[in-house]
Amino acid sequence: MSDKRDLLILGGGLVGMTLAIAAAKKGISSHVVDRADPAELTAEGFDGRASAISTASWNLFRNIDIADALEPFGCPIASIAVTDGMKPGRIDFQPEEHEGTLGRMFPNRRLRLALFEAAQGEDLISYRPKTNVLTRHRGDHGVTAMLADETVLEASLMVGAEGRLSPTREEAGITMAHWDYSHRAMIVGLTHSKPHENVAWEIFYPAGPFALLPLLDDEDGSHRSALVWTVAEKDAAGVLAMPRSMFRAEVAKRMHGVLGEIELQGDISAYPLSFQHTVQITGDRLALVGDAAHGMHPIAGQGLNLGLRDVGALVEVMSEAARLGLDFGDAQMLARYQKWRALDSLMVMGATDGLTRLFGIPGKLPSAIRRLGMGMVQRTPPLKRWFMDEARGVSGEVPELLKG
Amino acid sequence: MGDATVANETIRPQEAAHFGALAAEWWDPKGSSAMLHKLNPVRLAFIREAIDLHWAGDIHSVKPLAGKSALDVGCGAGLLCEPLARLGANVTGVDAAAENVAAARAHAEGSGLAIDYRHGELGSLGLGQFDLVTSMEVIEHVADKQAFVSGLAAHLAPGGLMVLSTPNRTLASRALLVGAAEALGAVPKGTHHWEDFVTPEELEELLVAAGLTVGTPKGISWSPTKGLHLSDDLALNYIVTAQRA
Ligand SMILES: Cc1cc2nc3c(=O)[nH]c(=O)nc-3n(C[C@H](O)[C@H](O)[C@H](O)COP(=O)(O)OP(=O)(O)OC[C@H]3O[C@@H](n4cnc5c(N)ncnc54)[C@H](O)[C@@H]3O)c2cc1C
Repeated sequence: MSDKRDLLILGGGLVGMTLAIAAAKKGISSHVVDRADPAELTAEGFDGRASAISTASWNLFRNIDIADALEPFGCPIASIAVTDGMKPGRIDFQPEEHEGTLGRMFPNRRLRLALFEAAQGEDLISYRPKTNVLTRHRGDHGVTAMLADETVLEASLMVGAEGRLSPTREEAGITMAHWDYSHRAMIVGLTHSKPHENVAWEIFYPAGPFALLPLLDDEDGSHRSALVWTVAEKDAAGVLAMPRSMFRAEVAKRMHGVLGEIELQGDISAYPLSFQHTVQITGDRLALVGDAAHGMHPIAGQGLNLGLRDVGALVEVMSEAARLGLDFGDAQMLARYQKWRALDSLMVMGATDGLTRLFGIPGKLPSAIRRLGMGMVQRTPPLKRWFMDEARGVSGEVPELLKG
Repeated sequence: MGDATVANETIRPQEAAHFGALAAEWWDPKGSSAMLHKLNPVRLAFIREAIDLHWAGDIHSVKPLAGKSALDVGCGAGLLCEPLARLGANVTGVDAAAENVAAARAHAEGSGLAIDYRHGELGSLGLGQFDLVTSMEVIEHVADKQAFVSGLAAHLAPGGLMVLSTPNRTLASRALLVGAAEALGAVPKGTHHWEDFVTPEELEELLVAAGLTVGTPKGISWSPTKGLHLSDDLALNYIVTAQRA
């Protein structure tokens, strides 16, 4: 009866599902439990977000054989333009010819579809959507989860991948340092008259950052970008209540016509922003991945990429455990995973947090400091290099799976 | 099958509970065997490489010992036996202490691994020959070292591989293993008697006298950034392969 598997992955979102597939490629079996309905998650209009996939994350997708299916939907980012509310002083992050692109933009919906399809073909993945977990247990020899229908799932290692509110993390008593930005990200698709020329814009306003991320043209040839507009929590309700025409006008005002005439495409969605961090991302027979391990501000587009690096590191540590005959819940292996990831996520989060704080204070003086700050990033090659490497996910000790 | 009384030994319920607790203690990565747990992946990495080289196997295989037999002498609660069993070997573990063997059995059962554990002196158990013979951190506790090594050699099948590890007898090992580690509680007091430690040269002599040839030893060192790791520095602890001459 017992179908004891290697992994019990709780949460089959972008990160949890990628983990299951990457593990399966290494012969590691898993149960994946998610409370959501995949049909809803991949319905047109459910998640209007698009994600920047770094070069390192793209390598992971190649290595787990889902890149070919995704390729037609990716829009390469040739450069990132960072400006301070459109005042003079703009940093362009542009890689050298031989360095390839900074990343690719994908609609989240496409990422989910590709992952679900790949997971379906894997015998090593037992996927249970629309399923709630009643109780979790981590013992000396393995872990179990009891489902709402009283089925008990068994494995060697439990993985918390339920996103930032992870109940598995909460139950393990792992607390996160939490910083609420009191801001909300408004997400909507835009069509625009001028081509974006594969430039991603990050425009910093005192009220919060405003990002335009290039997407592929529509079938009818209209040019598209994804907008992430960050507004203060106190203004969010007002902004969301605006008639569409007014919302459009407010957005256009902040874009200074860089992309010509604009129209809104699809529904506007809103996400509260917060920053969460914990050094502890493991427990007895437990590992956290993705937003469950680190929530962060999305302005630098690193949340998913960071989660995919968790996947690469965890799978590498687990394949090493298998090669050495160690149990998948082995404490030394988990310690290695934790040590490996802690520094990386702290570096990325520190930089992202620093960026928004630098740009989040109104007034003349901060604006001057901001311009100076940007000038500094522009003038200081190592820092710029680091930002670029970070955006492309090639700094630090990179897991094998994320190498080209 | 030699010692049937050991294999069929029946354990009373309260004893089973006692051995279960003992196993839990041995297997607690933060408990009194913490040092052994940290050492385990390091010596397993060496053993894995030795296995791949010796039998020219696939370095990615997760069952490189499939179809092979393995004997671990001084097995404790099975910290090495269980990985060897997962790698596909038919494993026999021997330990002088009946308590350790009972704890090892209790743990292997929980792990769902079939391992043949025996307690007693290796020479009196009448075991046959094995493709892989290991003995980690044991020879330093043994009085007649030549008899011990020859006993191991007698259980090595033709074409087989032996792997031994032990602390070196240097001033560094005296300071760290006996002094600091005990003071810090990293290993229980009285675990090590420095005078009994064997140098790599002495071990080679013992192995050669038992009709074996010896590979190049690797050191197990410690650094603040890497923790315990394999290195060329043999001063503290070393691990080495041997095979029939
Ligand atoms: C506005 C915004 C824009 C972003 N833009 C980018 C970007 O451009 N690039 C980038 O890299 N990152 C970006 N991010 C971050 C990125 O979206 C997240 O880092 C990523 O989705 C994390 O994936 P995850 O699988 O860890 O968590 P999630 O995507 O949150 O998935 C969690 C899964 O667990 C399931 N679940 C939740 N609770 C339970 C439960 N109790 N039981 C069972 N299942 C449960 C959910 O149904 C879901 O499927 C952005 C985030 C936001 C908010």
